Amino acid sequence: MQESWLLFKRNLADFWKTFRHNRMGLMGAFLVLTAILLAIFAPLVTTTSPNEIIRDANGRGLTFAPPFVHGPLGTDDAGHDVWAQLAFGARISLTVGFLAGFIAMFVGSLLGILAGYFGGWLDNLIMRITDVLLVIPDLPLMLVLVAAIRQLNLQISPLTVLILVIGLLYWTSTARLVRSQVLTIKERQFVARARAIGAGHIHIIRNHILPQIMPLIVANTVLILSTAILIESGLAFLGLGDPTQPSWGTMLNFAFDRNAISNNAWWFYLPPGLAIVWVSLGCVLLGNVLEEMLNPRLTGHHLEGEARVVKITGEEAAHAQHLG
Amino acid sequence: MSRRDLLIRKLLLSLVTMFVVVAINFVLFRILPGDPVRAVIGRNVKISAEVQQSLREQFGLDKPVFPDQFFSTLGQWARGNLGVSWSLRKPVAEILVAKLWNTLLLIGLGQILSIFLGVVLGLFAGWKRKTALDVGALTFSLIAWATPTFWLGIILLAAGSSWLGLPTRGIVSPENVGKPLYTVIPDLMAHLFLPTLTLSILYLGEYMLIMRSSILEVLSEDYILTAKAKGMSHWQVLWKHALKNAMLPIVTIVALNLGFTVSGAIYIETVFSYDGLGKLFQTALTKQDYPLLQGAFLLLAVSVILANMLADILYTYLDPRVKAS
Repeated sequence: MQESWLLFKRNLADFWKTFRHNRMGLMGAFLVLTAILLAIFAPLVTTTSPNEIIRDANGRGLTFAPPFVHGPLGTDDAGHDVWAQLAFGARISLTVGFLAGFIAMFVGSLLGILAGYFGGWLDNLIMRITDVLLVIPDLPLMLVLVAAIRQLNLQISPLTVLILVIGLLYWTSTARLVRSQVLTIKERQFVARARAIGAGHIHIIRNHILPQIMPLIVANTVLILSTAILIESGLAFLGLGDPTQPSWGTMLNFAFDRNAISNNAWWFYLPPGLAIVWVSLGCVLLGNVLEEMLNPRLTGHHLEGEARVVKITGEEAAHAQHLG
Repeated sequence: MSRRDLLIRKLLLSLVTMFVVVAINFVLFRILPGDPVRAVIGRNVKISAEVQQSLREQFGLDKPVFPDQFFSTLGQWARGNLGVSWSLRKPVAEILVAKLWNTLLLIGLGQILSIFLGVVLGLFAGWKRKTALDVGALTFSLIAWATPTFWLGIILLAAGSSWLGLPTRGIVSPENVGKPLYTVIPDLMAHLFLPTLTLSILYLGEYMLIMRSSILEVLSEDYILTAKAKGMSHWQVLWKHALKNAMLPIVTIVALNLGFTVSGAIYIETVFSYDGLGKLFQTALTKQDYPLLQGAFLLLAVSVILANMLADILYTYLDPRVKAS
């Protein structure tokens, strides 16, 4: 195996030693992992299917039943089990969010490396594209894009459209971050030496630059995931999700459109939102801790501690007065 | 970099961005179904084939898409002619202008409130770093960031309407519709309270974080140590030396945030049935009213680009490091 990858592995071991003592990071990891486990084991933790209509003794649909009248989270307007919808919704929300996040990470890293490593007109072009994307309001752009793509009747599922639109619009921050890192790394001695002994571009990028920026990319990806999950929930809430495969955002869309609020059916509109906060908060906590550990910034400032720079004792004050 | 060079750079970038937005709008307009003639005169109006043909020629639709049609459409948009809404059967520009003020009112109130609170809280959080106040402020902004806008709106709507008896939809009560807004201020305030609160809570966290990191950076500068060594109190140092410099990034963030604010307005206006551009955008989307959707997108995007440009220009005058030459 390459020496630099071995270094990467050793760094990872060192990293775990510090990380396991970081409470915020562990909490973030816990939130994210529990949500992933819920998505994976959804059929095991639910007793009904999310599409099954729960009926009362007379065979009528049990609508807006409060928690424990039916199941842990009651039923929705159509008599579906909310807990089952929540557990299976985790699969949709997490899949869309994670896939979109990974696309954004991949595109951003690739363009960032190209811009930083090769520089020149390519760098200029990529950076101007990020400038333009940064200013165009993102939600209206996504809504218009999704509407247009749907009208093309391309036979792709609504969820795929969401994944692609989110993934292909949210790569700019990653690209900028990766580019700035690549710019500093490519000036270092070991890259110059590798180039001097005739190493090709691909070799240098793969063996010398990628291992160095990998930790930062990982941290950034975790942060991007939270954005992707939030955006997915928003688009689904506005009715752009797949009604046959409801995510947490789609559940909230249904709850809002079908009067869960005026019926005081809090068990219908609170859990999906809490689930979204759960995952995105987990990703933000984890991502921030990772970024901080890999990218140490300020450790203190001058107005911390005592109000005076030099403590003046009584004797010194008397002395100063004497001099004055 | 001199101020003139910087301004020219920003101006060029804004122009390019504007061009990209217009191009996206044009291309999407062609992808979306429906005849452009129909888009202009309304979908359900009955017209004969001959009239359609003459309209076609009048709009230049017999000419090639690029460059002829592209530039003539551009000219139409520049003159404020955005076509006719399919669902409302009125000129799109007219509808947009009517809703614009409601949205500006909501966004303006929300932004002023969140900037003011964010700057004050961020200042204290950074100054009293690692105290309970700082940890509390950080926790709040993290949670605010992770909360979906529309869901916070739904919760506040449910809580505010059942516990405080606040109105849940619209901008004024039905009996006050049509009266000038300044005559029904108490009613207006009751309607604006929850949407503004939602918007403020969401953006407060971000301004607070920016202000906090900015003040931390400024307080680590040597001139702060010098000021402190001169015997100035903490308050004097903060007020005279730190605050002005630390507030610079806020100008840029306010402008960059306008994009997010527009997103926030779409969600919040949808949740509170608030009669502004955001609600209009969402309605146009669900009713597949494409001329309205395109017009709203153009207006939102162009306003955000212009606001960004203004903020950039303002920044070059506020930041003494940008030299006038």
